[in-house]
Amino acid sequence: MTSGRLEQRFAKLKSIGRPGLITFVTAGDPAEDACSSILQGLPSAGADIIELGMPFTDPMADGPAIQAASVRALKAGATMHSTLSLVRNFRATDTSTPVVLMGYFNPIFVYGRDRFIQDAIASGVDGLIVVDLPPEEDEELCLPAKQSGLDFIRLATPTTDDVRLQQILPNASGFLYYVSVTGITGDKSPDANTVQIAVERLRQHTKLPIAVGFGIRNSEQAYAIASFSDAVVVGSAIVDQIKSDLDKMDSRNPKLIKNVLDLVKTLASGVQKTTAPS
Amino acid sequence: MSVQKTNSYKLGPDEKGYFGPYGGRFVAETLMPLVLELENAYENAKNDPKFANEIINYGKHYIGRPSPLYEAKRLTKHFGGAKVFFKRDELNHTGSHKINNCIGQILLARRMGKTRIIAETGAGQHGVAAATVAAHFDMPCVVYMGEIDIERQKPNVFRMKLLGAEVRPVTSGSRTLKDALNEALRDWVTNVSDTFYIIGTAAGPHPYPAMVRDFQSVIGTEARDQILEAEGRLPDTAIACIGGGSNAMGLFYPFLDDKSVSLVGVEAAGRGTNSGDHAASISAGSPGVLHGNRTYLLQDQDGQIKEAHSISAGLDYPGVGPEHAWLADAGRVTYASVTDKEALEAFRLCSRLEGIIPALEPAHALAHVSKTAGMLPKDHIILMNLCGRGDKDIFTVAEALGDRL
Repeated sequence: MTSGRLEQRFAKLKSIGRPGLITFVTAGDPAEDACSSILQGLPSAGADIIELGMPFTDPMADGPAIQAASVRALKAGATMHSTLSLVRNFRATDTSTPVVLMGYFNPIFVYGRDRFIQDAIASGVDGLIVVDLPPEEDEELCLPAKQSGLDFIRLATPTTDDVRLQQILPNASGFLYYVSVTGITGDKSPDANTVQIAVERLRQHTKLPIAVGFGIRNSEQAYAIASFSDAVVVGSAIVDQIKSDLDKMDSRNPKLIKNVLDLVKTLASGVQKTTAPS
Repeated sequence: MSVQKTNSYKLGPDEKGYFGPYGGRFVAETLMPLVLELENAYENAKNDPKFANEIINYGKHYIGRPSPLYEAKRLTKHFGGAKVFFKRDELNHTGSHKINNCIGQILLARRMGKTRIIAETGAGQHGVAAATVAAHFDMPCVVYMGEIDIERQKPNVFRMKLLGAEVRPVTSGSRTLKDALNEALRDWVTNVSDTFYIIGTAAGPHPYPAMVRDFQSVIGTEARDQILEAEGRLPDTAIACIGGGSNAMGLFYPFLDDKSVSLVGVEAAGRGTNSGDHAASISAGSPGVLHGNRTYLLQDQDGQIKEAHSISAGLDYPGVGPEHAWLADAGRVTYASVTDKEALEAFRLCSRLEGIIPALEPAHALAHVSKTAGMLPKDHIILMNLCGRGDKDIFTVAEALGDRL
């Protein structure tokens, strides 16, 4: 059994009749205390689901913004332990907003797979996105995580044809994350029409909610994508906002947290203008 | 399949790309269809005699194969023990073994209809080899190279530019080979339809480790025949340096089932394996997942990748090919390490005694030979892969020795 939070959240969005906003921040960026405050503020700023990055030195599928966020977090002392404790603290005040951990396999593998699954569930994590674990490596984490009650969120991409989709979907759960462009996070912006065609194709194969991410940076783009998807993911734009409130010595603008949450409010207004796809 | 074959070390990888627990395909979903396409294309090419003939032809007329087997008599005398032979892959066109693999991969790229080449490079030897074959086949080529490596391997950067390649400096992370690999993977994930990624070492997602090993195995296959002809028997020890491990896999693979042949891989100990500044992933690392495969890595307790250090840019990598990880666990290959200082001494010794300036990478292998040969009997045969020449390293060596050029 999963925590049910992702399922409930998508059901709720459907009943209100609008798509959701998924916000990405890296755990411990720019430091644990500030990240904790950002997390606490995200739901009321309009985040429907929180995607929390597990910092890694070598994020191969991410662009410079998210890699820099990992570097800042690690420099500030982030570890898997502190990432999970951020989730635990968040759960103390919010029991309904789903939290999905996103990252790369090595920190999980080194932490110990079974211990990770156990500690993630105990901390209040609902799902996992592990970029470098394709279905071919399902035995590494996907199957045991699902068995223990964590949703395992799969990525579909512009290179995913119908044949490949049959590999991806069987163990997918929570939602399907459509990577809107070939490339890295925060790089090119997607063409809404092309993405719409792709999402409609995916819907013929799955009943899972479909979230769209990569390259969505402002409320206009969020609005355009939200009109045909169940949720929109914004990451690099938020992470860039954090960076712009840090000086060269990583000293914080006192308004950093407020500025990040204000950006999320703007993005949420773009998403909330739309009504959910029927 | 014959009965003895079941005990063979040459059967890997399995159909999922694993050598025991190492290897695999740990890549982003965007790349997965490309990796599968590559695997199919390679399986298909492997069984096509035309492809094999093309490689043999380019080996002979373009690379200059077979490379000679050379008895290093003055070094043998100097060490006062085992008889030392060099496999002279530094005499290949472009000056190292890297070209063997690049020819194989670009011929495959052409079969697949790809029109653009990308590569990563550390010392620049692989970058030069990739740029060379791209020039030969008239394909645009982008080489990713860490900013620090660009600084310490200037001659190779210029060579790549002369060959028409674009060298893109990598400024993220440690700004060396590890980060160049990240950037090349990012390029590949962005340019999926036309681009072929020529990985330079026996690492990365399946089928790269097996494919690179196969293309480099010409080294060991030739050397095995040559030593049989010269000495009437197999060597007692075969030695090669290890960064990612492509020259070593190429030398070792044809000897894996020759039980009488000890195989020794030499990693870079940098300032010493206890100093924290080294690149000895097997001797001083632990298993983890990076760049598409599970293998031994230099990492901290939280699974964060550490920066490697070696005076040799080609060995300055915090991981190693998965087949080496498996051979280490299986005990078939012994992995040793030598420091920057020891490699420098071997570099000078080889230059003075044999009139051969080796690259800093095989100078590590030679340093291990120099530590062990004197203790071995005179009828002991050591076969060492001299996988690259040292012209590219003269600035680094001059600086380390305090000379001004």
